[in-house]
Amino acid sequence: MISDLFSMTVLVGILASGIRLATPYLYASIGETFSQRSGVLNLGVEGQMLLGAFAAFYVALTTENLWFGVLAAIVVGGLMGLAMAFVTINLHAEQGISGIGFYLFGLGLSDLLFQKMLGTVETVKGFPKVHIPVLSDIPVVGEIFFRQNVLVYIALALVPLAWFVLNKTTLGLKIRAVGENPEAADSLGVSVARIRYFTVVLGGIMSGVAGASLSIALLNVFQQNLTSGLGFIAVALVYFGAWRPWGVLAGALLFSLINSLQLWVQVLGIPIPSDIAVMMPYILTILVLVLTVSRVRPPSALTKSFERGD
Amino acid sequence: MAETNILPSGHTRIDHLEMLGISKRFPGVLANDQVDFSVTSGEVHALLGENGAGKTTLMKVLYGMYHPDEGRILLNDQEVSIQSPTDAINNGIGMIHQHFMLVKSLTVAENVALGSKSSREPLTDLHKVSQRIIDLGNIYGLEIDPNAYIWQLSVGQQQRVEIIKALYRGAALLILDEPTAVLTPQEVDEFFVIIREMAKDGHALIFISHKLHEVIDISDRVSVLRDGRKVGTYLTADATKGDLARWMVGRDVEFRPEIEVVERGEARLKIKGISCRSDLGTPGLRDVDLEAYSGEILGIAGVSGNGQRELAEVITGLRDATSGRIELDGEDISDLPPIARTDKLLAYIPEERMKDGMIKDFTIAENLILREYHKRPFSKRGMLNLKAIERHSEKLISNFQIKTPSQDTLAKSLSGGNIQKVVVARELSRQPRVIIAAQPTRGLDVGATEYVRERLLEERKSGTAVVLISEDLDEILALADRIAVIYEGQIMGVVQREDATPEKIGLLMAGVKEGAE
Repeated sequence: MISDLFSMTVLVGILASGIRLATPYLYASIGETFSQRSGVLNLGVEGQMLLGAFAAFYVALTTENLWFGVLAAIVVGGLMGLAMAFVTINLHAEQGISGIGFYLFGLGLSDLLFQKMLGTVETVKGFPKVHIPVLSDIPVVGEIFFRQNVLVYIALALVPLAWFVLNKTTLGLKIRAVGENPEAADSLGVSVARIRYFTVVLGGIMSGVAGASLSIALLNVFQQNLTSGLGFIAVALVYFGAWRPWGVLAGALLFSLINSLQLWVQVLGIPIPSDIAVMMPYILTILVLVLTVSRVRPPSALTKSFERGD
Repeated sequence: MAETNILPSGHTRIDHLEMLGISKRFPGVLANDQVDFSVTSGEVHALLGENGAGKTTLMKVLYGMYHPDEGRILLNDQEVSIQSPTDAINNGIGMIHQHFMLVKSLTVAENVALGSKSSREPLTDLHKVSQRIIDLGNIYGLEIDPNAYIWQLSVGQQQRVEIIKALYRGAALLILDEPTAVLTPQEVDEFFVIIREMAKDGHALIFISHKLHEVIDISDRVSVLRDGRKVGTYLTADATKGDLARWMVGRDVEFRPEIEVVERGEARLKIKGISCRSDLGTPGLRDVDLEAYSGEILGIAGVSGNGQRELAEVITGLRDATSGRIELDGEDISDLPPIARTDKLLAYIPEERMKDGMIKDFTIAENLILREYHKRPFSKRGMLNLKAIERHSEKLISNFQIKTPSQDTLAKSLSGGNIQKVVVARELSRQPRVIIAAQPTRGLDVGATEYVRERLLEERKSGTAVVLISEDLDEILALADRIAVIYEGQIMGVVQREDATPEKIGLLMAGVKEGAE
């Protein structure tokens, strides 16, 4: 039975679905990387994802246009990010606590809207798999990488883009400086508030899209608490990835591959109690976090609100 | 000086800048009261005053970080409005802050580029920036590697980065806020050479300080502030150190307290081969040997962050040593917890008085018994004896001249000087055998500083061993019988008072050992 895992088809299946499962994490974690690099810990990712997922699902269902769904998720996520930015940057609310508030808000509101506007679990026809010409015909590699839906491709493309923006542009330089030493950035005429608004709203948008990637590309349903903790894992992956896009990619892939592995273990009926199998990715996350956390240093100003003395 | 108004950096000179009638109010304080100030091209103008006299406030107004409640700023006789640091920078004003405004995890070039327009927006142009840093370095004698990370640089080098940052942005006028506080004496000399050179080239320089000899050394004119008001502006050449001190403090000041000759007694504190780790896990102290004797003040000199805090914490038991042995009057206390060391009459005046020295939200009376609350007469069978506590605090408040409305006042509402008096009263009233005093006068005004120093000298006279850890070399030279210099967690050498010169100590502080000793 265990040996079933090592057949070529199963391995390819595990890897392909692992990459697919990594999509929501990638969107949310890359967005969160930007917020945290600028010094804002957004724990509301989960709530933003839930509202994004619902908005995308509802709009896609009613308009029958998946891209309108993504657009709705962007708008809703962006608005949530704007609210988070206002509360933490202008009102100087404690970031961790207000993040939990936004999570609970998103959890409650998405369920309320679901009950009122849909009532029952429905399904949409989500983003189809796009076979990239030529590349998708490469044996094994083609199956794993080049027969995914469009949101997977975009997520993977965002990793180098995020790296480039953070490290090669003046905007990235400002973001890094604001997250490390906002006083220094301020003294050079960099608006700390503007930079943080930008990153937190970006984080909200990315979380919204992460939700959309669940509800209209991966699962194609919406139900209460659809994300079930995924947004919190995304925050943990930012720490895991040491606040770097490539590290976040590695974390998202590792986590999703283990998740995919345990799903296949269950599908193949390998006699491991399913509760334990489901726990595996989470236990792994904790272990890896414990082992890596002392090695890397978070942005110095993370969670610290900034106020100029006047 | 060439008859042109272009500076070597290629930017336009500021011939004359004037601040007129500047007032700035903070809740409960008038930080600047109708202050006039001016500076001209080619001049080093010192701004002298005690902590809290309003020097930094005035300069933050000039740099756009504070908005004045009243007053005007004229630049080359034109009124200008400076609403933000950006406005200041655009007007050719640069400021070097007392606490460097550098991002440690970024490189020199990234720090310099931050916030200024790139030649290929939205991308950074670090190559160009690096070239300009090298050019400016050559012009002004400020060589620095543009690709080095800030955390790799010494404090003196970081200061160069700050100056280059300002020059890069076209500063014709530089505000230097207590620039020498973090430098060794040699670094101060090098720094002054650069300052003079910049003045000669036509820059206008404002030098904020409370150190009289530096003001006399470097400035052409000096303006003295006291309690937010300007006492006057003088030609430095016409002023003596005594004049400056009197203007600054408002009365005559003794410079070096009279040190009585005290017979040195037994070694009370012995430290043998102590090593420990810093907060980052790197070596904090390396194999430190020290002895402090009855009736002496042992000064620990060094540039900030070279193991001073670790040393104080290891002796008091707040930090674990990885090896070595500590003896108090011949008794091994290496394995005792902090409270047991306290009970053996080891007193500690910590560096961060608000954080480690007291509990801000406790009353004066409560803060005064923090060391002894668990003992008679302050408590019996776990119950506090409020009468005894009251008597005790009344006595200490009067003996140590603590200015407070009552003993039930919360510690946080006292001034810095009075807070330190509370700490000193608590520690010294126990008749300690050894006192560890870390930066005991930092941030205090002249009066409180004198008071604390006198108390330490009295303790010395009564046979206590005093370990004075200070980053203020003048303080160490004034008080210590012997001076141990700490550098990167090691004791570089111990110098007798008679042999101690700023130059000799300064070299040791920079980690230079001359010959074999």
